[in-house]
Amino acid sequence: MGFWTAFYAILFYIATLIFVGGLAYKIYQYATTPAPFSVPTMPAPLTTGGVILRVLSEVILFKSLFRSNKWIWLFGMLFHGALWVVLFRHLRYFVAEPGALIVLIQPFGKYGSFVMFFGLLGLLVRRIVVERIRYISSPSDYLMLILLLVIGGSGTMMSFVTHTDIVQFKAFMLGVMYFDWQRIPTDGILLLHLASVILLMIIFPFSKLLHAPGVFFSPSRNQVDNAREKRHVAPWAIEKFETPPPVVD
Amino acid sequence: MAAKAKFETPAFRPYPVIPILKADVMKGDGPFVAKPQMQEALGYPGELIDNWHEVAISKMGELLKKYRSLRVYLDACVKCGACTDKCHYMIGTHDPKNMPVARQDLLRQVYRRYFTLAGKWFPKLVGAKDLTKEVLDDWYNYYHQCSQCRRCSVFCPYGIDTADISMAAREILGTVGKGQKYCNEIIAKVYKIGNNLGLPEPALRDTLDGLEEDIKDETGVDVRLPLDEEGAEVLVVTPSADFFAEPHIDGLIGYAKVFHQAGVSWTLSSHASEAANFSMFIGSYENMHRVALRIREAAINLKVKRIIFGECGHAWRVAYSFLNTLVGPFDFLDQRYPIPQHICEFTYDLIQKGALKLDKSANDHHRVTFHDSCNVARASRMGNIPGGQFIIPREIIKASCNYYYDMPADTIHDQTYCCGGGGGLLTDDLIELRVKGALPRMEALKHVVDNYGVTHMAAICAICKTQFSKVLPYYGFEMDQIVSVHQLVSNAIVLSRDEF
Repeated sequence: MGFWTAFYAILFYIATLIFVGGLAYKIYQYATTPAPFSVPTMPAPLTTGGVILRVLSEVILFKSLFRSNKWIWLFGMLFHGALWVVLFRHLRYFVAEPGALIVLIQPFGKYGSFVMFFGLLGLLVRRIVVERIRYISSPSDYLMLILLLVIGGSGTMMSFVTHTDIVQFKAFMLGVMYFDWQRIPTDGILLLHLASVILLMIIFPFSKLLHAPGVFFSPSRNQVDNAREKRHVAPWAIEKFETPPPVVD
Repeated sequence: MAAKAKFETPAFRPYPVIPILKADVMKGDGPFVAKPQMQEALGYPGELIDNWHEVAISKMGELLKKYRSLRVYLDACVKCGACTDKCHYMIGTHDPKNMPVARQDLLRQVYRRYFTLAGKWFPKLVGAKDLTKEVLDDWYNYYHQCSQCRRCSVFCPYGIDTADISMAAREILGTVGKGQKYCNEIIAKVYKIGNNLGLPEPALRDTLDGLEEDIKDETGVDVRLPLDEEGAEVLVVTPSADFFAEPHIDGLIGYAKVFHQAGVSWTLSSHASEAANFSMFIGSYENMHRVALRIREAAINLKVKRIIFGECGHAWRVAYSFLNTLVGPFDFLDQRYPIPQHICEFTYDLIQKGALKLDKSANDHHRVTFHDSCNVARASRMGNIPGGQFIIPREIIKASCNYYYDMPADTIHDQTYCCGGGGGLLTDDLIELRVKGALPRMEALKHVVDNYGVTHMAAICAICKTQFSKVLPYYGFEMDQIVSVHQLVSNAIVLSRDEF
């Protein structure tokens, strides 16, 4: 079995716990923090259906970003879009018998990694070159892009340059999932790829990657424009301020 | 105290380039600090308390638990840079801390340091910072260079609203004893006298009587401006600037004529002789509630059936978006009408019904454009469709004028630029900021002046009107080129001589 197998298996468990637990905690926190006022950025939809469309247009099409900056939108879109395809392609390492869709997406995922890499590079170059974005960047903002580039780069390398024993890796991954550990291939590039993914999972709930759940909870985007019809009183405000019913003779 | 520095009015840009950053050009002590008496009137400590650090952090923790917006906005920013060229103060001053994200970061860096694991363990890595006196001073200075106009929130992929963050920051500053003089003095005046200007009831009554005489002299018609008339159909709540400032007062005359023509009885209230609610600017739920309560009380005491708000931007945000929440339910009012209603909605309905006779040629000396006030455009609505707040005032103008032209598309509707004086910044100690922040709007105005011969810009916000009267001359325009929307209605309306 060996040291690396145990090392990575255990790291995967820890990372998964932190990722799922941390994210669940943040989502719980967002969901349970009151929103004491109606504050959608207007014009806003008048119905829940409209709000769902609005949020989806932000999540899928980055609509507001498109209005603000075409370059950031383009690079962001390339990166996120390709990331989803690549992630979906990776499902084949997690299910014993990949379905037709997963099989179909394989070549797209394979070449999608280049698109993802290109998008990330574009974002990194802008962060370095554009004065305004450089001004607002912390070390972690660069490192996050570099981490994603390492993940994408090492993955692409394994697809096109230096292959690893992918059958054995799948056995390892399924073994981790079903608590029946199998040997991990010890190619450096695979270990680097996995280590950076694990790192990403661990920092996810503590970093700006919280924009992923955050976008669904943003009051300026997810509220229905109904303030004249419906009151939005937070529990803490009811306790403190609620006026007695009006006296009408 | 704020420096009385001389400054240069920014030049019009031949084409809209994004400015090169000039770090710290707007660094300073910020606007005048509130006097202890005013602070205390609002329930805050009189001056900066000794344990400000501890209190500020605990207040931030409290706000994080109370407001989902603050929590999500402080977490979600990825520093993508989309907002960095969207703020009129950034465009006018070039100070990088006037980029919305950098302004947010002043609070976010402290949030990260005290409320997140990453910031506690690796502050340098994630840009977390201790709350020092210098940071507190930066808060005071730069959160008073935000007019809470929400333009950045339109462009943010997560809808992060710097207005909400700047309100939270000002609430923390107030709580540690460092409130802003202009806002807090005004709120204290509302508590003491009933309106922002400190106009007592007899003076208000005199003013209204005088206006009735003026209208009579000019038109020969008895148009009333009633005060405290119990049993009137409508309570009108309007910014107190409407009672004396130009061009606001011409708008008020316009409302009076519209009510006269509609045959709807109405009244102003000396108890709620002010639509403005500056407590929103300082992020204080407590004070916002207390100020809003006056309107509810006035409506009950005067036994009215409807509440209509005059031309005021942030007041309409508080009215449209918050009033029902703050001091509702308004089940004692007539439910067939929107509660509350905007004067433009009221006038527009009458125009739609053909109930107003408007002679457009009366405004033929005006070639008009319309300035969307930020709080109306991005924080409220009119009518029953999204974006009604853009359509209704324009339709009113077009029904009253023959010549109407819009400013460029990226400077109107929900992309409108702030006048430069909103959010509690309409004070002389911030004049440099106000002039510089007006640059994008002035450029847009210049465009329609040059291309369509526009002579006047109409607005529906008391702050916008005052701000423009002040800053228009800095850019080579005349101060009276800003007009009220209902001033145009007032010019065009054909009064019938029948007594109602």
